[in-house]
Amino acid sequence: MKRKVVSAMLILSMAAMAFSTAALADDVITIGVFEPASGDNGAGGKQEVLGMQYANVVQPTVEVDGTEYKVELNIVDNESSTDKAASAAAQAAEGASIVLGSYGSPVCIAAGDTFLNAGVAALGVTCTNPQVTDGNDNYFRICFLDPFQGTVLANFAASQFEAKKAYVLTKLGDDYSAGLGHYFSEAFKNLGGEVIEETFPEGNADFTSYITTAVNEGADVIMAPTSTEAAQLIIETASAQGVTVPLLAGDTWDSNVILNAAKGKDVEIYVTTFYQEGADEEFDASIKEWINSDSTALANNGGDDTIAAVTVMGYDAYFMALEAIKNAGSPDPGAVLAALPDTTYTGVTGSIAFDEIGDAARDTAFVKSADTESGSWVFVTAQGVE
Amino acid sequence: MDFASFFSKNLPYLLAGISVGGQYALIAIGYTMVYGILRLINFAHGDIFMVAGLLMIYSTTVFPLWVSIPLTIVVTVILGMMVEKVAYKPLRSAPRMSVMISAIGVSYLLQNLALYVTGGLAKPYPAIPGISATVTIGPATTKWVTIITPFLTLLLVVLLMQLINHTKIGMAMRAVANDFETSRLMGIQVDAVISMTFIIGSFLAAVGSLLYFSNYPSVVPTSGAMPGLKAFVAAVFGGIGSIPGAVIGAFIIGISENIIKGAGWTTFSDAFTFALLIVVLLVKPTGLFGEGAKDKV
Repeated sequence: MKRKVVSAMLILSMAAMAFSTAALADDVITIGVFEPASGDNGAGGKQEVLGMQYANVVQPTVEVDGTEYKVELNIVDNESSTDKAASAAAQAAEGASIVLGSYGSPVCIAAGDTFLNAGVAALGVTCTNPQVTDGNDNYFRICFLDPFQGTVLANFAASQFEAKKAYVLTKLGDDYSAGLGHYFSEAFKNLGGEVIEETFPEGNADFTSYITTAVNEGADVIMAPTSTEAAQLIIETASAQGVTVPLLAGDTWDSNVILNAAKGKDVEIYVTTFYQEGADEEFDASIKEWINSDSTALANNGGDDTIAAVTVMGYDAYFMALEAIKNAGSPDPGAVLAALPDTTYTGVTGSIAFDEIGDAARDTAFVKSADTESGSWVFVTAQGVE
Repeated sequence: MDFASFFSKNLPYLLAGISVGGQYALIAIGYTMVYGILRLINFAHGDIFMVAGLLMIYSTTVFPLWVSIPLTIVVTVILGMMVEKVAYKPLRSAPRMSVMISAIGVSYLLQNLALYVTGGLAKPYPAIPGISATVTIGPATTKWVTIITPFLTLLLVVLLMQLINHTKIGMAMRAVANDFETSRLMGIQVDAVISMTFIIGSFLAAVGSLLYFSNYPSVVPTSGAMPGLKAFVAAVFGGIGSIPGAVIGAFIIGISENIIKGAGWTTFSDAFTFALLIVVLLVKPTGLFGEGAKDKV
């Protein structure tokens, strides 16, 4: 019996070796994708991956040093969970030239060391917390950061609504939520405003009391940088309680999950984001066509063809990665890592170049609001920082 | 601060507390009845509540509301019975700990099945005309379901008490709760009584899920965990095994946690619930109504 097991394992491992050498011979470059497909950020993660998958359809090969390579995406689900992040990251980095992701900063922070040890460059797409790239030479990102985003939102609240008092609601133990809420509060106080900060615990579904407090305290805006799951409930509760002050949030809320939750309700929602649908009509039309032609893609996008900013960012991240591989002149992860800092690329969301920490230098964010009648996003302004 | 403005500021907290308390109560009854009869803490109960939410979501995509509501309730009841038949009944003569572990297994099985079915995304709960509409009561604006919940809960509890105190099956349940072996010797169909307990528990969990998710309309695979845990605390607080105890405990927990949130201690609202559990277990391990209560059903 034992011998049988051993021989079976031998055959299996030989088969695996044969398979991996075969894959190498085919001139394939693997790009790891480290994204959540389930958990709190599952919806957003799927939309971000959608952009990469579309980019892979548009540009399935890359020519490096005279050789044509086929590009394959190795998509690994990190379950939005910081405990699963390290093992998922290791899987994504396995055999990859570069890894893209993740949606949601906490998993990136948790996986940072894994990428460092594996010697693979990680390219964050929409993780906006400063700690992701700070002190990690392997982590880069193409999006703006939370201090910037929080400040933009504070400036927006002060200039657009002349808000004097803000109610800031964040999720306990969520780095993204707490971080963005904190930067907003700092900036808002610096602008002379008053801030009431409250937190809700994991698994909380009852936001009635939070919204009541915001109304009782006379807040002019409610800032709620949360995951889309909590957002659905916050929007529902705000509308059920007849809240008239605007709800503000960061890039996470830029999702059709929010639009669906807000549709037909009497709520005002403003979010900062990376891309506004309509900015590049040719791109919009072609990606919509692709989403509609693929039922899985359509389901992953939440059932309609609204283009989330994270999808577009995912698309740009893929091309940024190809650019880095071309500059490296080799699919070797070490070479790609060395080439990445000097790589620049102009994508659909604008031009991307890295500073010395590995963050993209961006100076404006788009602000858009939810049109609750038609269920679509409306461009409001391009907000900078005062 | 004068009374009128104090009242108008705090009414929404109180309403939210009473409403969520009623929903916890409907779940807590399921815990307390099963405990009363089997001495088993049915950890899967919160997840049956969550599955009821998902069933409603999926059935409304196919059927009209007047079909999907009864269908949800019936399927939830069948699920509750199936869980008992498959995971608990074969372990009836096994040590109590084995059944408990089996219950934890069922809980995670249901959560992970839900994860597989939903793909991990939050599913929006359908609006039920009437109870999902908003209503303004004096200074507070809320949904009708908030107002209906406590009344419906009390009505169901009164009906349940009638069933237990004045019917034959109720008498059998009280007998089994009192002495399992003797009841069996007396010719009571113990298995039928246990099935009935799970039917009632699952029915109330399904009604509770209709009310709860109408108020907080989003279902994820872990949606049952927190309400289930709090209902369990409520059952312990009220004296596990006692139905009135579970209901009163649930209302107290629902109201307290909202008052704590209203007082600005949002970070500690859940901590309070569990601190209460520890204090009750230390000071009065049998809970408010646990000791001397005759009908442990």
